[in-house]
Amino acid sequence: MLVAESLMPTASDERMASSGLLKKVLTRPELGALSGAILVWVFFAVLAPGGFLSLRGTASYLEVSSHLGLMAVAVALLMIGGEFDLSIGSLLGLSGAITAILATQFGLPLYVSALVALIAALLVGFVNGWLVVRTRLPSFIITLGSLFIVRGLTIGITRTITGRTQIGGLDDLPGYGFLFGLFGRDIPIAGVGFPISILWWFVFAAVATWVLLRTKVGNWIFGLGGAEEAARNVGVPVERLKIGLFMTTAFAAWLVATIQVAVVKSADTLRGEQQEFVAIIAAVIGGNLLTGGYGSAIGAVLGALIFGIVRQGIVFAGVDADWFNVFLGAMLIVAVLVNNAIRTAAERARN
Amino acid sequence: MSDNGGAPLLEVEHLTKYFGSVIALRDVSLRVYPGQVLCLLGDNGAGKSTLIKTLSGVHKPSEGEYRVEGNSVEFESPRDALDRGIATVYQDLAMIPLMSIARNFFLGSEPTRGWGPFRRFDIKQASELARSEMAKMGIDIRDPAQPVGTLSGGERQSVAIARAVYFGAKVLILDEPTAALGVKQAGTVLRYIHQSREAGIAVIFITHNPHHAWAVGDRFTILKRGRSLGYFGKTDITREEVVHMMSGAEELDALSHELDMISTAGRQS
Repeated sequence: MLVAESLMPTASDERMASSGLLKKVLTRPELGALSGAILVWVFFAVLAPGGFLSLRGTASYLEVSSHLGLMAVAVALLMIGGEFDLSIGSLLGLSGAITAILATQFGLPLYVSALVALIAALLVGFVNGWLVVRTRLPSFIITLGSLFIVRGLTIGITRTITGRTQIGGLDDLPGYGFLFGLFGRDIPIAGVGFPISILWWFVFAAVATWVLLRTKVGNWIFGLGGAEEAARNVGVPVERLKIGLFMTTAFAAWLVATIQVAVVKSADTLRGEQQEFVAIIAAVIGGNLLTGGYGSAIGAVLGALIFGIVRQGIVFAGVDADWFNVFLGAMLIVAVLVNNAIRTAAERARN
Repeated sequence: MSDNGGAPLLEVEHLTKYFGSVIALRDVSLRVYPGQVLCLLGDNGAGKSTLIKTLSGVHKPSEGEYRVEGNSVEFESPRDALDRGIATVYQDLAMIPLMSIARNFFLGSEPTRGWGPFRRFDIKQASELARSEMAKMGIDIRDPAQPVGTLSGGERQSVAIARAVYFGAKVLILDEPTAALGVKQAGTVLRYIHQSREAGIAVIFITHNPHHAWAVGDRFTILKRGRSLGYFGKTDITREEVVHMMSGAEELDALSHELDMISTAGRQS
């Protein structure tokens, strides 16, 4: 052990060498998700090489992954911080509905109404975080409540104002072009349009990774999820940090909602339903510990990628899409088992 | 090292703490001087935890005076106490097992480099500092990136103490740092307590173990049911008396007497 034999200055170097590259790789939280992503990619590449392997096929599964992935990355940050947010699916619906209602009923340019929707989403995120901090109730309960409150409000208000639950024709409204240019258009690569949401996804994941691994705040997030009291004792602003993380998941939900408004040119009060669970599953598959304190944003990216590949791969392979949910649930359980095994092995390798 | 040598670093007088109608502490007074170890002794429920939490800024005293370096203070949070140089190392809450040694060491006070929005946590410097600070205390860490969870209990306590010292603690409050440790590991921790004292730090050492207390202590305060049973210098009290008061020897004597009676009665019947 490391007690007091410091008279041997070379000892530490010898022991450093023993913690080799293999062990470093094994201790990464993303390992399970990376293997999983490669596995499903190879599987569908063999099963449906024609459509799946084409650039168009690649763009299609990347787009599906990007919508889920934006939320999964934010959920991963929150989960590393030791909390849950079940309200993001509802927030996705709310953000889209606010944007559409303000633009169609009150004549605001679409980008202004999207900005108002952002403020509303951040406000809900703030309230979620504030309630968790104040009541000290599990965030599972608080955000389960807001899941229903926000969805109910969205449907109720939309129907009261417009008489419907879907609002279409947004592309005819002023300000649509700007919104489309920022969130909806395709970036052509080798003649195939790759949706810009993929870029947003990569940028968001890169920023999240940088924050987690290379900033003070990232260190605080790990500390918060690892042992909240210990973090508080050394001066981490636990309350502000937690509220900020809930606002981050709310921001991600708004971003996905705005991307979908720009791409689909409509809003639907039911949009985003169950997406909170899929985002959590993607984060867990990415090696993020449910109890907090351990995980990575890249893992969540890979988790979302697995789902994108499978969801679109099933279509290309001509399998009935009903089977997707079976895969979703099974993958969650397998991923947790694999991640636990890897972590245990890594801990043993260290000792 | 005597009470006459300058002002106490930390001093409480007639400290009383109520929680509703419960009196957790009643009229407790103590002083700690630089380069001195004050041992705080007492059974479970004696008020040790409340006293530590009051000193470290978690609780506010209901009555009484709290002075740091002669100035009256009122702490709103543990951060306030930390800013005045009062660092507390809690037995279970000192370290975050899943985080690396370097990340733990600098949690809440991370060294940064870079500018503006690109200001970043200087993980390399953190690793080097953590390693060199631990080496100063005679601990040789293999890899600052290894999770604290892979360290033994004594090593974790030592990292926590090294961290507090590094961040300029003038008063070090140690909450049962040797509890649940083996003999050798407890020895490691006691050595750091001694080293901290030599470095001029005032240490408040909470323990159940009279042998640990006697090994490093200069002064002894015994708490019982929220009251202080006294404040003794090492010359005012013998080791046997400390052992007696701390280990609850009277109760143990009574218990062994009772057990004798039972076994005698059992043999007779």
